[in-house]
Amino acid sequence: MSSQTRRKERIDRGIKVRSEGLYALMSWREMAYLILPRFMLIAGLLCLPFLMPGMYWQRVISIVCIYAIVAISFDFLAHYVGLVCLGGAFFIGTGGYIAGIFNAYFGMPPVLTIPLAAIAGGAFCTLLLLPCLPLRGVYFAIVTLMYPLFMARIIEAFDIFGGTDGILGIDSFPSAFVEQYFVVGILLVFVFGLRRLVTTDMGLIFTAVMDNDQAVRASGINITYYKAMAVFIASAMGCLAGACLTHIYMWSGISQFALDFSILPIAATVIGGAGTLVGPVIGCLILVPVSELLRDFGTLRIVFYATILVAFILFRSDGIMAFAKRKYEQIERWTQI
Amino acid sequence: MNTNQDQPILRMENVSKVFGGVTALREVNLDVFQGDVLGIIGPNGSGKTTIVNSITGFISLTSGRIYFKGKNITGKKPHKIADMGVTRTFQIMRPYYSLPAYKNLVIPLFSPRAKRTGGWRGGGRLGDRKTIAIDILEEIGFERDSYIPFKTTSTLPTGYLKRLELARCLALQPEVIICDEIFSGLSMSEIASMVPLIERIQDDGITIVMIEHRLRELFQVANRVMVLNFGEKLVEGTPDEVMANEQVKEAYFGSEKIEEVMTYA
Repeated sequence: MSSQTRRKERIDRGIKVRSEGLYALMSWREMAYLILPRFMLIAGLLCLPFLMPGMYWQRVISIVCIYAIVAISFDFLAHYVGLVCLGGAFFIGTGGYIAGIFNAYFGMPPVLTIPLAAIAGGAFCTLLLLPCLPLRGVYFAIVTLMYPLFMARIIEAFDIFGGTDGILGIDSFPSAFVEQYFVVGILLVFVFGLRRLVTTDMGLIFTAVMDNDQAVRASGINITYYKAMAVFIASAMGCLAGACLTHIYMWSGISQFALDFSILPIAATVIGGAGTLVGPVIGCLILVPVSELLRDFGTLRIVFYATILVAFILFRSDGIMAFAKRKYEQIERWTQI
Repeated sequence: MNTNQDQPILRMENVSKVFGGVTALREVNLDVFQGDVLGIIGPNGSGKTTIVNSITGFISLTSGRIYFKGKNITGKKPHKIADMGVTRTFQIMRPYYSLPAYKNLVIPLFSPRAKRTGGWRGGGRLGDRKTIAIDILEEIGFERDSYIPFKTTSTLPTGYLKRLELARCLALQPEVIICDEIFSGLSMSEIASMVPLIERIQDDGITIVMIEHRLRELFQVANRVMVLNFGEKLVEGTPDEVMANEQVKEAYFGSEKIEEVMTYA
């Protein structure tokens, strides 16, 4: 007997329709549909430092945010511009070293070094990635994967910027409180800023470059310029995160070019939901603490890590965010056939 | 029709293109005048699409020069050439599949040329890009009050995608449109509805170069026809002259009578 007596029924709550455009202003309920999920993210992130027990876990929050900034920059480049960039470590390392150099050698305070690292680092990374921009897909990914290794070997071989010891004696943030709220604030600005950017006309061009770059060229638009702009936005974000990392650890060294910074953001994007720009933040909120909890297992944690990732790819391949969005917009219930 | 005989708007001088050992174009000379509708026909592999690609800068030439309004555009980047006003459609449609149809047109309307000239009929300077995009779509045959302009492009049928290709060119308010087989893959009725559209574009003062296999419709709109065979220009003339030409009958239509080909094309 193959007769099924029940099936799952999905009913649309009409949130998307009712909260679009002017309709959202019709009542508080519609406004709440729009505002509540965003408010939950903002309030949740702002409360996190208070909820964490002790210094150690508060520090983890900062690290989560730094990974999350790199992850949303990856998500933006990969799913809105079509450049799969594995150079997260390149961005973090460049930003980290620039902040370290300006702070330790020139005595600039973090207030100056962090924006400087973002802009100068973004320009430096964009310049180095410029020759690779005509590449697409996996070829671009491979070249960008090479850059962090390349930078680390150069610093090691020429023994510049402290060589293998790294740059020591860098100022920290004034207090733990400032440190956490600074990175949380920056993360929120980037999440909402990028979500805004991708809906503007310029964001449409990024999407068009991803869909069909030849047609964009035929429309009289210089695709190299727009690709470079997107890479600058993403790398400036990564460099800013790297500069924060340097000031948090009060040290910048070769390990900032470690591939963790390239790979963990991608894993977080897979878990959180690709192309949502919020998903990577959620993914980092899960993966980074898990990686801290598993620290006792030493190198074996990579196994647990990979297991989580494979499980997500198998059972929730569209990510947490897509799942949560479906649950939010639809009612699911069992009905008799 | 040729209003300005002394200076061609588009001129190809001894253009040759060699791909590896294959000569795709051999010493092709071509003049296109303001207001022309020039048809380029030829058997498969005769170098028609290579002509489009070489004029619009998508491939580099082996030798020869191309002039647009007397200015040498040989070796310029595709976006520069499009910026000057020479646009093209693609034989295999290249819409932005993840965007709705009207947002496909926001991209050309955002280009430097559209910002400078105002885009389609100069409207881009006045209003919102999305509104103008829908205006263009209406002009080109997307029903304004239907949901079609708002549908994701990947769900649209071929006929609409071909029109969208043309709309992408029109959004730039170009001086020359080069259509690469805009009728191919369309049904008879769809082609019949495209012909007035081409005529309307011509009335706007836009010069059109059409590459086609559908001879009957082409000969309806074209005032001059060039025949290519194995990368060489065989004949150039009015549709009647080309139809009457013995060489063309031999090379392109084989031994069949051209009238029969026209009927079954």
